[in-house]
Amino acid sequence: MDFVYIERVLPLYKRAAVLTVRLGIEGTLLAIVIGLFCALILYEKIPILRQFVMFYIELSRNTPLLVQLFFIYYGLPKTGIMLTPEICGVAGLAFLGGSYMAEAFRSGLESVEDIQRECAYSLGMNKVQIMRYVVLPQAVSTSIPAFLANIIFLLKETSVFSAISLMDLMFTAKDLIGLYYKTSESLVLLVVFYLMILLPVSIIGTVVERRMQYAGFGA
Amino acid sequence: MADTVLEIKNLVKKFNEHIIINGLNLKVQEGEVIVILGPSGCGKSTLLRCINGLEEIQSGSIKVQGRETVGNKKNAVLLRQKIGMVFQSYDLFPHLSVLGNIMLSPVKVQKRKKDEVKKEALELLEKVGLSDKADSYPRQLSGGQKQRVAIVRALILHPEILLFDEVTAALDPEMVREVLDVILGLAKQRRTMLIVTHEMQFAKAVADRIVFMDESKIIEEGGAKEFFEHPRTERAKKFLNVFTFEDIR
Repeated sequence: MDFVYIERVLPLYKRAAVLTVRLGIEGTLLAIVIGLFCALILYEKIPILRQFVMFYIELSRNTPLLVQLFFIYYGLPKTGIMLTPEICGVAGLAFLGGSYMAEAFRSGLESVEDIQRECAYSLGMNKVQIMRYVVLPQAVSTSIPAFLANIIFLLKETSVFSAISLMDLMFTAKDLIGLYYKTSESLVLLVVFYLMILLPVSIIGTVVERRMQYAGFGA
Repeated sequence: MADTVLEIKNLVKKFNEHIIINGLNLKVQEGEVIVILGPSGCGKSTLLRCINGLEEIQSGSIKVQGRETVGNKKNAVLLRQKIGMVFQSYDLFPHLSVLGNIMLSPVKVQKRKKDEVKKEALELLEKVGLSDKADSYPRQLSGGQKQRVAIVRALILHPEILLFDEVTAALDPEMVREVLDVILGLAKQRRTMLIVTHEMQFAKAVADRIVFMDESKIIEEGGAKEFFEHPRTERAKKFLNVFTFEDIR
């Protein structure tokens, strides 16, 4: 191990990690918003929009992120839409994540029993109030484990950002290997940095999941 | 003559081609306690669900205090607050505490002041013997306790009429008692109630009037004493005989 080398390139990794985390968070947050909208449209069976959502989910889940990114980064400029690589990365991640989040949300929504809605209805609540005060809080807490799994998945997927010249962790490692041929050091650093980002999320996920099991909602 | 709280005319309810309720008429006066009896699948529960607007009806009219509930979206929310319903499976909202369950609708729907609602909620909880459970969560309560909370949750909206749909069917015998006592207390206060139950002794004790249903319609209707002691129809006699065991030995 060449520790002098490691010390020298550490700031580059740190910068790349910050970019990875920032784009990852932005994309994930956007994915959550998209997912919530899509799940509500599916759950409420809103005509026309529902078909669009179903098409989007199939398209997004059955194509690789790399292909989606290429499409946004190289394809869209041909139609006159020019985006910075960062926006492309976030958009791609949101496009991919939106469908996964939608499915997580939807299964949460569907896990809320009909009788809960009927109770709320018989207490005089309208559709929006039922959703907001009764269905959503229960649905969200049931979806949390699936949610966190999706977040981990999306953060890992950021590694293909390097393909659209974003200087994320993967890009930095490949770049440095090409420059200095310090393959082992560069790769070890890469793994360590990904672990530093993802392990805490995983641990939070496990803790939350266990607490959910103990809290044991329901009758 | 007391006011008519609920008036049902020619109610028809079908699931696809299957007829559940076939031309039912019923009038409920203020302060009246009506128990609906009948075999499973005769349409008792569906009747309550129709009154509360949980089921769409195919024809007929349901009026609450003279106002039509059917096909009247604007009135629907207001009218449903006048109809309180308690379900068999005591479905409290699991993510809210007992107080949260009770206060949700008065505060968010009726826009009443939180302090005032809380005061009333605590009073009602005390009346049903649960003042120490105000901050508990549904999962920490027994079935009977949950059902009593569900009754309070319906009461706090000040409904004109209360519907009970086999509220003790999922409880063990001792818990049945504590829930029925609460309902008996309400009957003493002259609350208007429509009760679907299979507890015959309770029906006898609480009802002013019995409505006996079978095969999607009302077969017999009359005072509670009269119905249990001198049922007029053969069907009712047969139904009541099931509950006596004298001729078995």
